[in-house]
Amino acid sequence: MTARVIMQTPDIHRVLTRIAHEILESNRGADNLVLLGIPTRGVTLARRLAAIFQTIVPGAAIPVGALDVTMYRDDLWQHPTRMSSPTDVPVSIEGSTVILVDDVLYSGRTVRAALDAMTDLGRPQIVRLAVLVDRGHRELPIRADFVGKNLPSAHDERINVRLAELDGEDVVTIDQAVSA
Amino acid sequence: MRHLLSTSELSRDAAIDLLDISEDMAAVADRENKKLPTLRGKTVVNLFFEDSTRTRISFEAAAKRLSADVINFSAKGSSVSKGESLKDTAQTLSAMGADAVVIRHGASGAPAVLAASGWIDAGIINAGDGTHEHPTQALLDAFTMRRRLHGAGSRGKGLDGVSVTIVGDIVHSRVARSNVWLLKTLGAEVRLVAPATLLPVAVHTWPVTVDYDLDHALGESAPDVIMMLRIQQERMNQAFFPNPREYSNVWGLSNARWIGLPATTLVMHPGPMNRGLEISSAAADSPQSTILEQVANGVSVRMATLYTVLTGNREVHA
Repeated sequence: MTARVIMQTPDIHRVLTRIAHEILESNRGADNLVLLGIPTRGVTLARRLAAIFQTIVPGAAIPVGALDVTMYRDDLWQHPTRMSSPTDVPVSIEGSTVILVDDVLYSGRTVRAALDAMTDLGRPQIVRLAVLVDRGHRELPIRADFVGKNLPSAHDERINVRLAELDGEDVVTIDQAVSA
Repeated sequence: MRHLLSTSELSRDAAIDLLDISEDMAAVADRENKKLPTLRGKTVVNLFFEDSTRTRISFEAAAKRLSADVINFSAKGSSVSKGESLKDTAQTLSAMGADAVVIRHGASGAPAVLAASGWIDAGIINAGDGTHEHPTQALLDAFTMRRRLHGAGSRGKGLDGVSVTIVGDIVHSRVARSNVWLLKTLGAEVRLVAPATLLPVAVHTWPVTVDYDLDHALGESAPDVIMMLRIQQERMNQAFFPNPREYSNVWGLSNARWIGLPATTLVMHPGPMNRGLEISSAAADSPQSTILEQVANGVSVRMATLYTVLTGNREVHA
């Protein structure tokens, strides 16, 4: 297994800052925004985005929530039983502009589950998707609106996102699986 | 987890995982839309050879909140009363496509027989077998304790160092057995208090301390949790104790004993309770009492159990 470093702290900060600006541009400001991170690392990224928004638009307190999608997945029978994570959405999402945040966009199935999970909480006016890394290989008609880095990858490669708050370091690596 | 037959087979990690998933299930109960689509298309059979309204409706509510289809099979007035064997019943349910069977049976070990038999491929959940075990009751008790003691910071935690005193008919209690194994696994210290006639012969081999005198036990040190077991009316006349009033005087949580407990001691009861016999009304209705929380938490814990038994790829478990 050989790991190649794709992004480190400055790169991650830079792309999150760009995404924050893109979100503000498409939303014409910070009004009505709600950031919903998909556990675990999507929540951390959503919190970072919220902090960046505050530096761009002073006084903007954008609500951040966690949206667990485990109970909505369509692959619960293909893997060992998955642990769930807390869903914590502090505000009503009814009529809001929700930005879903995740670390890696791959098959699109997590996002599909997230859309269902969100429907059970309310009806946002608009839903957008922001991801740190888009690695391709979509299995569903889903695309991200805001992408940190496009990272074409092979199926047998692994993308690892490690974030300082959870893992003690900021790094995105790609592992070349040694054919076993 | 392929089946849930006994708390003694749960590792500490597996038990804590179940309690953590229960936390997430409990959060769904606070939403306007209380339903999850997780087990859509799965069939859960409640196979009850003994009457139990509470446990059955708790499992039924849990399965329905996860969108499973529920079939209630009670032995009374069914083919079982016409002499059908457990094997034939199981094979019938299998032919109907049951994915999980929640079984309550008067014979200890019936769920284990079903799980090992090969008569049915479904996941088996023990909802109380004879005087053996009642694992989901112990899980909901542990969940209730953890929530009261750790609040929002419960996730990932066990019950290390928590002192739990269980009082009453231990020998006939599957609730007590399941609790003893699970609480031990989670790091709690368990003390059993009962008349000698209501303790099992092999109690010295259990990971517990034993006292025959409730006042003595409470006088030594007040527990973090006191759990009163139901005195089963049907056992009243079997000379385990002279009469109900004497039992109540010596082993009941009377007003006087309850007032003597610190305000932090949780009062638990698996229900249904005999007010005035094993527990006074003042104790049962006090803020320290978790009795109604136990009922609400039962649904969350059973959702987590059904989720854990019914999802995951079977090949890995086999």
